[in-house]
This record gives sequence, C-alpha cells and structure tokens, in this order.
Amino acid sequence: MWEHFSHQSDIGIRAKAGILSRAFEDAGLGLTAIITDPKDVETLEPVNIECGGENEEVLFFNWMSRVIYEMDIRKMLFGRYEVKIENLKLSAIAWGEKINFDRHSPAVEPKAVTLNQLSVKEENKEWTVQCVIDV
Amino acid sequence: MMAKPELKRVSEYCWRIEPSGNMKVPGVIFADNNLINDMDEKTLTQVRNVAALPGIVKGSFAMPDAHMGYGFCIGGVAAFDPDAGGVISGGGVGFDISCGVRTFHTGMTLDQLEGNKEKLADALFRDIPAGVGSTGTISLTSEALDNMLTGGAVWAVEKGFGTKEDLDYIEEHGMIKGAMPGKVSPDAKRRQRDEMGTLGSGNHYLEVQKVIEVYDSQIAEGFGIKKGDCMISIHCGSRGLGHQIGTDYLRQMAYEAPKYGIELPDRELASVPVNSPLGQDYLGAMRAGINCALANRQILTALVRKTFAKIFPNSELKMLYDVSHNTAKVEEHQVNGKMKHLLVHRKGATRAFGPGSSDLPPRYKSFGQPVLIGGTMGTASYILAGTAESEKLAFSSACHGAGRSMSRTAASKKWQGSTLMKELAQRKIIIKSRSMRGLAEEAPDAYKNVSAVVEATSNAGLARKVAKLVPLICVKG
Repeated sequence: MWEHFSHQSDIGIRAKAGILSRAFEDAGLGLTAIITDPKDVETLEPVNIECGGENEEVLFFNWMSRVIYEMDIRKMLFGRYEVKIENLKLSAIAWGEKINFDRHSPAVEPKAVTLNQLSVKEENKEWTVQCVIDV
Repeated sequence: MMAKPELKRVSEYCWRIEPSGNMKVPGVIFADNNLINDMDEKTLTQVRNVAALPGIVKGSFAMPDAHMGYGFCIGGVAAFDPDAGGVISGGGVGFDISCGVRTFHTGMTLDQLEGNKEKLADALFRDIPAGVGSTGTISLTSEALDNMLTGGAVWAVEKGFGTKEDLDYIEEHGMIKGAMPGKVSPDAKRRQRDEMGTLGSGNHYLEVQKVIEVYDSQIAEGFGIKKGDCMISIHCGSRGLGHQIGTDYLRQMAYEAPKYGIELPDRELASVPVNSPLGQDYLGAMRAGINCALANRQILTALVRKTFAKIFPNSELKMLYDVSHNTAKVEEHQVNGKMKHLLVHRKGATRAFGPGSSDLPPRYKSFGQPVLIGGTMGTASYILAGTAESEKLAFSSACHGAGRSMSRTAASKKWQGSTLMKELAQRKIIIKSRSMRGLAEEAPDAYKNVSAVVEATSNAGLARKVAKLVPLICVKG
C-alpha cells in the first residue's frame, strides 16, 4: 500500500507493509505513480537492480535512487517490482516498458531522492517507509 | 507581524532575524508585508539553520520568493569564506545544478508572428525534446561528455550549436573554470549520455513571450528591448547529470560533515569545508554540472533557431542573456572594507551583478546584468537589471521566479489540466504539454504572485525592474 503526501515543492511517497521488501516494492509503485498510473504500465521487460546500505534507511534511499537511475537511462516505467532483502543487501527485478508518450502521458520526472522526511520504521509488525522526491 | 515575533523590520522591504543559539550571522529576508506573512515557519527555520554554518559571512539571506527547500530555503543566498573554515553545501545548490533561464530576441513583433503562431507552437513542440523520457538529438561518447563538462556552452558552440557571439551573453562567458569531470560519477555521466538538448519536465518550459511593459526605457534600450517585441525564454538545467551529482554528493557530505566538527541542524544542509578533499571534489563536480546546464541551453538555443528558421526564414534570434539560479560560485566581494574571495551559494536565487562588473559584455557594462525571472504559464516573466546597491544588500543576488505556494498533490486535486488549457487559450496563450496532470500541477495559482515578488525585489534594491513579458506560447517540459 502506498500513498503520496504533500510537500510544498515536491512529492512525498509513503508505503506500508508487513515485510520490509514489500514496503520497498510499494514505494517503487509510488515512484512510478509520480509519472503515470502504474496500472497503465505493461510489465514486459525485466531489469535487475542491486544495492546495499549501512542501515535500512540508507538502503531505502539507495533503492529509490537506483530505480530513478534505471528509469532515466532506459527511458522506462516500471509497473511491478520483486524485491528481496537479506542482511542489508537488496536484489530486485523491476518489470516495465519504454515510456509511451501517448499512452502514459508522463506528468513529471523524478530527479532525485531527498533526505527530507526520509525514514524507515517498524511498529507493531508493520514497516513504514517514506521519502520526498525532488521533481 | 505579531505572528512572527523573531522578525525585526529593518525597512519596508527588509526583515531581520537577530542571531541566537548557534547562528553566527543574522537572517536577512527581503519581502513585502504580504510575502513575509505568507512565509511559513519552516522557511524561516531554514534561514536560521544556514546562519549556523561555519564560515558564513554577513548574513543568511532569503529572497522575496523564498519557500521551503532542502536544507537551504529556495530563494536562499549565503556566502562562505574558505579561509575561515567556510563550507560548501550540496543543499545550497540543490539537485538541478545551474538550472536557469535563457532569453533571446526574435526581432519580431506579435503582428509579424500572429499568422504563424499555431504553426510555430506545433513546430516547437515537435522539435524540442521535452518531458519525461525524452532524449536529445545527439548521443555523447565518454570523451565528448568529458569535453562538454569542461567546456560548457563554449564546447557546444565549437560543435556547431550557436555562435561565438552567444557566449558573451552567458554568465562566465559560457564556461565556468575549474570543472573536474573526473569527480563526476560514471552513473551521472551515463544519465546524461542521451539527454543533451532536452528541456526536462516539471516547472521547466520554453516560452514565446511578448513585452507588454517597459519600466526603465534607458536600460531596456541598452538590452535591446522594446514594448511589443516577441522574445523566447528557456527554463531548464543540467538534467540527469546534475540530479545524479546531487544524489552522489549530498549523501556523502551529510555523512562526512561530523568528521569536520560540523553539526548539521538539518542533514540536508550536507556541508563540508570548501578546503577539504570532499569539498574540492564536489566543487569540481558541481562546476561540471554548471557547464552541462550551459551546454544544454546552448544546444536548445540552436534547436529553437532551426525551428524558427523553417517558419521565418529571415529570422535572427540574438541572445539577451543566460542566468543560472542553482549554483555556488567563487566571487570577489567586499567584506568590512576588504575584497575577499567568497563561495556564494544561490539556491533558487539569481546572480545580479551591478553596472561595471567585469563579467558583463561591453554592451551591458553601464546597465548591469540582465536578471531573468520566470513566471508561470499564465502570468508573467520579468527582466530586471543588477544594481550597484545589490552588492551591499545580498552579494549581488535577486529572486528567481514565483516560487510555489501550493504542493503538486494539492494542485492536481484542485485543477484540471484540460480546463486550464482552455482558459489560457481564451487568453490567447497556446499551451503544449504531454500531460494534463503535469499541467494541473503547474497551475498558475499554485505559485506565489510573481509580480509581487518582482516588486519587492525591485523596491528592496536587489535588482531594477526593466520589462514585463507575458506568454504567447508555452511548451511545458
């Protein structure tokens, strides 16, 4: 489950799930949703993404930064993510397709993940991950 | 001003936050009554936080368009003395390094353009790569990319994009010295390979505009502007390369700050001493980002000229000027009667050198630097000129635009892109965009009143109002 939250200049993403990897996957969809409706993205092509981090928060920052990077260099959108996290090492497959201007009407480009309101928390067996994306 | 007791009014357009706690210098905010009332507490906190950074000189300044940013407020200006432990801050530059505005003359009036306005709008929308996922018309090898990062717009002109004369009308004459492509990560370079000559998205745009008002006829004449003239403005930055440099270094600078005994009140201030290895690396990489933005706007200029020439074969698009509003630059400024080399950060603020500055082309020497202020697709843009007094006020700096007053999420709920497009069409403004939601997020009313921002800037003496322009065609990124 993901949602966008307001930031004066940019867009915040918050995702909640029972397991951390699922929260990361949902935050990935929240990132796609900044550009277009993730449901409109066909999951045709897999892209492998790997990263690490010294704690969960840095790992989340690095994960979102890698997704932005892969979107940018491939000019792709991702409609589904499969994330595995073990010992602060993340390996994932992002499924998606090349941006189609007519079908996706891309709204705005994510430039970078900021450190603003960046957090990863576990409370009552639920993980909440959040960050603000500079667009 | 009862709601903000920490603010002391210095003059009609200037407010001060006296140093307290860790603040080394006062906070100085330029604004009128309404703008200061609308400025939220978070923005003022950011002004105070910057005032606490090591080596800051004179003040932590906020321009009239100030609003909450990352670490620094957008509209924030701060100068640091490298010889006194002064810092360089990734948050003081932001992710879109050297984002800026370039304006050029069309040499035409609306009467001459009117019959071909639709055709021109279609052609610009077709020919200028804009929006998410767009790629440029050139792809750079790694050697060419490094040359571009060192040479900026000078490199672009050598490659056939524009003329040598253009370079005189760009800050630093089109190329900032001291860029270090070796300090730019392979990821950042990879992001830029296919993005040269692209506009980007969000608040970036290409506009054909009309001058509807001239406030200072002498300076306007010096800048070659007359009422009724059509102009073109491009607002964009350093694209994927700048965004990745920001990502790479912000993380590292926030992590290394404590090593230098720097307590960051907000980790987004991400600062290290200018004279530290990481500080020097970032400076070199950030300068490469500046050159990338200058080259990008130069290539876009060549693309616009080509498109224009298809419809108006005899047109000659001459440069007015090119400003950057997300930078940190080493400049000479007077501090306590002595000239000092300071690192001036302008985050969402425009350099505004006064008359006589050595960086100005001879034609503008007696008038001051053109300061180009972008508005929204439904309001106005302004051309100002740097003043002599701006040096004393805020290290020769001025505002950069309207500044958002409402979040994108709120704006996209409040307005519909298609309705906005129709409303603007009734006002004879042609909007070209790939996304209706993107348009709604950029609704003119989601921004502060640009005219009030410019009025406050001008009345505060930061820059002098010269001309007002309204959009005729807007290609949204």
